Amino acid sequence: MKILVCISKTPDTTAKITFRDGGLALDSTGITFIMNPYDEWYALVKALELQEKWGGTVSLVHVGMEDSEPIIRKGLAIGASDAFRIACDATSADQVAFQIATLAREQGFDILFTGKEAIDYQGAEVGSRIAAQLDVPFVSFASFLEMDSEKTARIRRDIEGGTETVQVDVPLVVSAAKGMAEQRIPNMRGIMTAKSKPLHVVTPVTYTGKVRVISHALPPAKKAVQFIAPDNMAELARLLREEAKVI
Amino acid sequence: MVLAFAESSHGKIKKAGLEAVHFAALTAAKMKTNCVALVFGEAADAASLGEYGATTVYQNVAPGLAHFDAQVYGAALADAAHQLGATLLVLSHSANGKALLGNVSYRLDAGSVSAVSDIPETENGFVVRKGVYSGKAIAEVAIDTPVKVLSVQGNAIPLQKIGNSAPVKSLELNVQASRITVLSADQQTGNAAPLPEAETVVSGGRGLKGPENWGILEDLANVLQATTACSRPVADADWRPHHEHVGQTGIAIRPNLYIAMGISGAIQHLAGVSQSKTIVVINNDPEAPFFKAANYGVVGDLFEVVPRLTEAIRNLKE
Repeated sequence: MKILVCISKTPDTTAKITFRDGGLALDSTGITFIMNPYDEWYALVKALELQEKWGGTVSLVHVGMEDSEPIIRKGLAIGASDAFRIACDATSADQVAFQIATLAREQGFDILFTGKEAIDYQGAEVGSRIAAQLDVPFVSFASFLEMDSEKTARIRRDIEGGTETVQVDVPLVVSAAKGMAEQRIPNMRGIMTAKSKPLHVVTPVTYTGKVRVISHALPPAKKAVQFIAPDNMAELARLLREEAKVI
Repeated sequence: MVLAFAESSHGKIKKAGLEAVHFAALTAAKMKTNCVALVFGEAADAASLGEYGATTVYQNVAPGLAHFDAQVYGAALADAAHQLGATLLVLSHSANGKALLGNVSYRLDAGSVSAVSDIPETENGFVVRKGVYSGKAIAEVAIDTPVKVLSVQGNAIPLQKIGNSAPVKSLELNVQASRITVLSADQQTGNAAPLPEAETVVSGGRGLKGPENWGILEDLANVLQATTACSRPVADADWRPHHEHVGQTGIAIRPNLYIAMGISGAIQHLAGVSQSKTIVVINNDPEAPFFKAANYGVVGDLFEVVPRLTEAIRNLKE
């Protein structure tokens, strides 16, 4: 099987978020950047499991500049065969999707994986746009995937309050959610071999993003917590009704 | 004209669908245009979308739309937007809405923003606000294209009836053949709202000590007509089903009231719940980090506190 895995770079989940240039851009001072957890833990590991069972290749695809190479090398260390870095800044979901779809059309694939969403902008749009551009089926928020043959996948997707199981033939685009696979930690051999795996730098196609982030703000500070004595739950009930007006 | 896609389920418009229509109607009023709604499949209450601001409800009941397929729905929605001349399309930020947003936006050559939390600014360009970095910040995003697509964050705007029932007209659409076969669906039944739509959520963590102790949580949920949820360790231990897991890797919610018991409040949990309007934390550890994010805190043994709270709320409701 030929599998493409889209990976994006996000601030660490515990990062303290502040902005510079009057709210225009993230202040990256002191922030550790990681491979988006949905891409790493679920999309990439499921792709590797499929490769182990059915053979073929797993290629990483990333839109970003040279400073992304540590996370790409990490993906190679976990086990991907090679990687493509489309050399431009990632500015919006439509721009990232257009760049990846253009490369994916040239490369061809059986399954193209994305994570469920990136944990920074949480748009969940990239996979959906790629599928539309390439006119292939899209299954979102997959928490289980097995191939019944080299051509046919059985996929469970998360929906409100439950799941739905579908059958679909390759080629297809899948976004991977929790449950799809178990996180893998790169071992020493993986880390050593990653250094010699091919990392292709691709020139981006001309494309202007359709949306622009014009500013960021921090949410209004929360009032200090009001403690209620554990033997006075009537008071808590009263506050929820009369002060918070939520019951 | 603003077109709102009103999701339905089991023959009834979903709350997320009502919210999309109401959001679209309020935005249309600012843009000095009108709002129409689109429904796929049978929905007995389609005309009631007029009460939330739609002037006309279009409906397509083609069998090809009975099951969700992002490609099929995306093509049909784009066709509707073209036929009706919509310059703004509003979706719900639901499981299906998320799968649809990028697809239909690509087809309409439209700029798109997901999980929008406030009515757009339309005076100088078109600017929307959305929560980013797991609720740690709010971004303002400008959409520059002639046709725009948004999805509306659940529970972001209060639902208000602002009109009367609207005429329901059928609309012929391009419905492609689906390449996805639905084998089975496993959805919770019962009266509680699905988590992303719930206004009140009662959630438990490891402090409950085991699945056999969920009765006190369920009693509280029942008296509040709340939806139940849990933390990641609880779902990972299979004490509760995975679809109840709220947090960074589970479902992100923003109910009016979130009551957490026996949850310490790790940053990954807060990422999924911190946008709740009111947060109550019950924990026996006064140092639990969750108290910093809470509006109301109770330091005490949840096995004593929670039944007392249930009783107090029951008394209040009588």
